[in-house]
Amino acid sequence: MIVSDLIKEFGLTTYSGEQGVDRKVTGGYASDLLSDVMGHAREGQVWITLQTHKNVMAIASLKDLAAVILVKDNAPDEDAARQSDEEGVPILGTSRQTFEMVGELYQAFRDHEIL
Amino acid sequence: MKSYKADMHLHTVLSPCGSLEMSPGNIVREAVARGLDMIAVTDHNSTLQCRSVQRVAEDQGLSVLCGVEVNTREEVHCLAYFQWPDQLGEFDRLLYERLADIPNEPERFGYQVVVDEHEQIMDQPRKLLISAVDMSIEEVEQKVHELGGLFVPAHIDRMRNGIIAQLGFVPPGLRCDALEVSRHSSRQELLGQHPYLEGYAFLRGSDAHFPKDVGAGYTEFHLEALTWHEIRMAMHGLNQRKMEVR
Repeated sequence: MIVSDLIKEFGLTTYSGEQGVDRKVTGGYASDLLSDVMGHAREGQVWITLQTHKNVMAIASLKDLAAVILVKDNAPDEDAARQSDEEGVPILGTSRQTFEMVGELYQAFRDHEIL
Repeated sequence: MKSYKADMHLHTVLSPCGSLEMSPGNIVREAVARGLDMIAVTDHNSTLQCRSVQRVAEDQGLSVLCGVEVNTREEVHCLAYFQWPDQLGEFDRLLYERLADIPNEPERFGYQVVVDEHEQIMDQPRKLLISAVDMSIEEVEQKVHELGGLFVPAHIDRMRNGIIAQLGFVPPGLRCDALEVSRHSSRQELLGQHPYLEGYAFLRGSDAHFPKDVGAGYTEFHLEALTWHEIRMAMHGLNQRKMEVR
């Protein structure tokens, strides 16, 4: 499964980093505490959060995450979008809240035997 | 150069989590008893209590720095200090406007009262003051500086609402005049974990919510006189002015 599969399946908005939509997805991580994500997210995961600060992108790129999904129609800060374009790690968006997005992703990952 | 003890972070009766014992009179009495030369009044998202503390302290030989502890959109607590009442007032109005519209429930969160020098209740802000304001940490920093204030992320060592816990690390472009380290950690400990913080100035306040904690942590300033400009120089390490965490 790659990032563009998620975009299609869940109707996600692509805010930035479009060149990274063929990145492989290996799982997910949901947290709004960036220090927690720094410590515990793993390479290839999609990160579900409502934080829009530019540090989100710095951490996504540091941890080599597949993509970031911003919930509740949050859009990335300008600096975050710029860095996402530079590094090719997509920032995506949804109007769903975290619980719903995570639930749907979890089910899809199970169906695709990623988890 | 003289040395001055300053508690750079404390709450009053206005903070819902602050004890009702934290009246201007009690705070000033405790601060004087502990030999402090200055206190900074930093309630959550409101500066409305600063002036009456200042008035009580006037003839007690205690300086009062007016400030606030802002809770940004990212839920990072940041201290801001201002020199002039007009700028303080402007910042206060902006914060209240951007504060989430959640009414305070005193039985649940605690009372939020503004009192005068005689402990008469003057105001009770309707919105819950510990909520977050809808401003990014960068917007808050820029506004504070535009108004000539000083910007200091609070208790950066703490898991709850500290900048490192919330944002992973101190964003490189953020113009911090200093960083606050709480009494539960030290500059050395922080630098051990985060060597990139080497170039920052550090200060400390007690974060007191109860009278017994006033001055439990403080900053020792080395200045020619206790003035705004001298404090600013100490934060920026200019002209031999400096500060140490105590």
